[in-house]
Amino acid sequence: MSLAQTIELAMPRCWRVDTKPHKFCPGCGHGLVLKALGYAIDELGIQDRAVFGCDIGCSLLSWDFFNLDTIQTHHGRTTPVITGIKRANPKLIGIAYMGDGGGYAIGSQHLVNAAARDEKITVILVNNTQYGMTGGQMAPTTLPGQKTETTPYGRDPEKTGFPFQGPEMVAAISRAGAYVARGTVANFRQLQRFLKRALENQMAGNGFSFVEVISACPTNWRTNAEETWNMIEHVLPQYFKVGEIKVPGAPAAQEGEKKDG
Amino acid sequence: MPKDKPIEGEKRVFMTGNEVVAWAALAADADIMFGYPITPQNEIMHYWTRLAPKFGRDFLQTEDELSAGFTTLGGVLAGRKAFTATAGPGNTLMQEPMSMAEAMRLPMVAIITQRGGPSTGTVIYSQQEVTMTTLGGNGEGMRIVYSTATHQELFDYTIKAFNAAWKYRFPTFVLGDGYQSKMRESLTIYDPAERGIAIVPPEPYFGKPGVPGVDRPPSQLRNTYNMEEELYEVVEHYLEDYAKVAPEVAEYHAHYVDDADLVVVAHGVVARAALMAVKELREDGYKVGYFRPVTLRPLPEKELREVAGRTKKFLVAESANGQLARLLKEGAYGCTTEMLPLFRPGMGITPEEVIAEAKKILG
Repeated sequence: MSLAQTIELAMPRCWRVDTKPHKFCPGCGHGLVLKALGYAIDELGIQDRAVFGCDIGCSLLSWDFFNLDTIQTHHGRTTPVITGIKRANPKLIGIAYMGDGGGYAIGSQHLVNAAARDEKITVILVNNTQYGMTGGQMAPTTLPGQKTETTPYGRDPEKTGFPFQGPEMVAAISRAGAYVARGTVANFRQLQRFLKRALENQMAGNGFSFVEVISACPTNWRTNAEETWNMIEHVLPQYFKVGEIKVPGAPAAQEGEKKDG
Repeated sequence: MPKDKPIEGEKRVFMTGNEVVAWAALAADADIMFGYPITPQNEIMHYWTRLAPKFGRDFLQTEDELSAGFTTLGGVLAGRKAFTATAGPGNTLMQEPMSMAEAMRLPMVAIITQRGGPSTGTVIYSQQEVTMTTLGGNGEGMRIVYSTATHQELFDYTIKAFNAAWKYRFPTFVLGDGYQSKMRESLTIYDPAERGIAIVPPEPYFGKPGVPGVDRPPSQLRNTYNMEEELYEVVEHYLEDYAKVAPEVAEYHAHYVDDADLVVVAHGVVARAALMAVKELREDGYKVGYFRPVTLRPLPEKELREVAGRTKKFLVAESANGQLARLLKEGAYGCTTEMLPLFRPGMGITPEEVIAEAKKILG
């Protein structure tokens, strides 16, 4: 097998080969999320129509990740930029990619209102429980007791609240046509399916689609491979329930998602 | 999409400034407005939402001005002539998307209807958004700012703003104020084609034909750089472009400046009071001149320096505490002209006040 063929198999077709290896830290979850997204785009055959927007924070490193028209926006502002693109040219498929700080803190008003307006866009939010790019500060998703640079003695829920339940909030305020799910990099095939369904939901014009992805940040967590895996597979799901939370026209869709993933 | 001409030929009308802006945006082939309510710009949205569907144009009311600005940028990226309108605290928030527009050379158009400040201030009027509109955001003020004085100019310069934005690819502002927004005035609205004004067509950044990476390179825009040198190179290149187009963009009006002992300098509606005052003073035999920058960014620097070189004193009249004066001082740096203030932050200025001040100075 030629090198080119090997690369082709290892990478989604819509990835930009010339910008690989990517710029994320070793062990970072972003590469996996973007791989699952890449395969979903390939399967749907939408490379000619998909427009990718990335936020500020670690997600900004994906600005040249795909062979897709891509805009790197400001912190928290990817949702309105993609909304504007989609409103101005509904034939495009708008993907807004961000972290938990961008989506749940500085850009939460945009997420709330885009969901409430049922914008026909797909928002993918990577939850690694802290601000990665700025050096590991507390995020809305930080776990109780979790040590970060701004909670050096552990997050105290009495003072700073409990982890933000993003998909649950989006499900509560979005319309019947919305698709809302929480995937994890610990279950790649399931994640790829969630992302594909989220894009299909937009393509069908059903409504807003939102996927949160539980991800890893070994750099700021200061965890080795085993501890990192334990965090994403066992610890985080205690606070963040994995599965489809809202699926248009399929009330029982959440069943079995964990098992068959 | 129906693209019937909103204005056939030309028409004499009596309108508020906000209504004028909506008609001008239609005439300029604006496709979509993103807006958030704030006084005194609201009626731009009100007229636009009534008129737009008749001509196949769109509107979205967003959750705040940040969103209005960033959705406007999205509209521009998709290749549509997108615009927004705001004022005061909304203009403060709008500086964030505007700085991204500068960083990526996105032809965003914003109509600013200045209100009193700081903070919520008043909903009425001011010229206190000059510093912010010309130099706001974290950046270098690579913008075009037209300060209008009459309803006719609101119409003319709103059309011009869309053309300048798409021609030069710098974010462009029409800087009005609450008086212009709410007041009714006579003007002629027209089909730009009838006046020989070519409308600069928009062009998509995203969604061009073909598969990116296969049939064409992907269109990828960023505003973050790893190295000082990388950013420096980009900004230097933009500054060069800006300096190159500045003389062709800059506009001004000057009257009676050749033999003037004192030149009244003003912009926007205050320039109307200034011109009335200067005409009356001339009739009374005072050697008074008038200079008005129409573009506050870029400033008509060459002409300003010429006038400054010829006269002993400037009387700078503005409804702010020296925001125009600061731009003038920078533009005329090294000139020995004395700069005297007639500053009324957030207050209108009448011709009588200008006359009284000028007489006091001239003795």
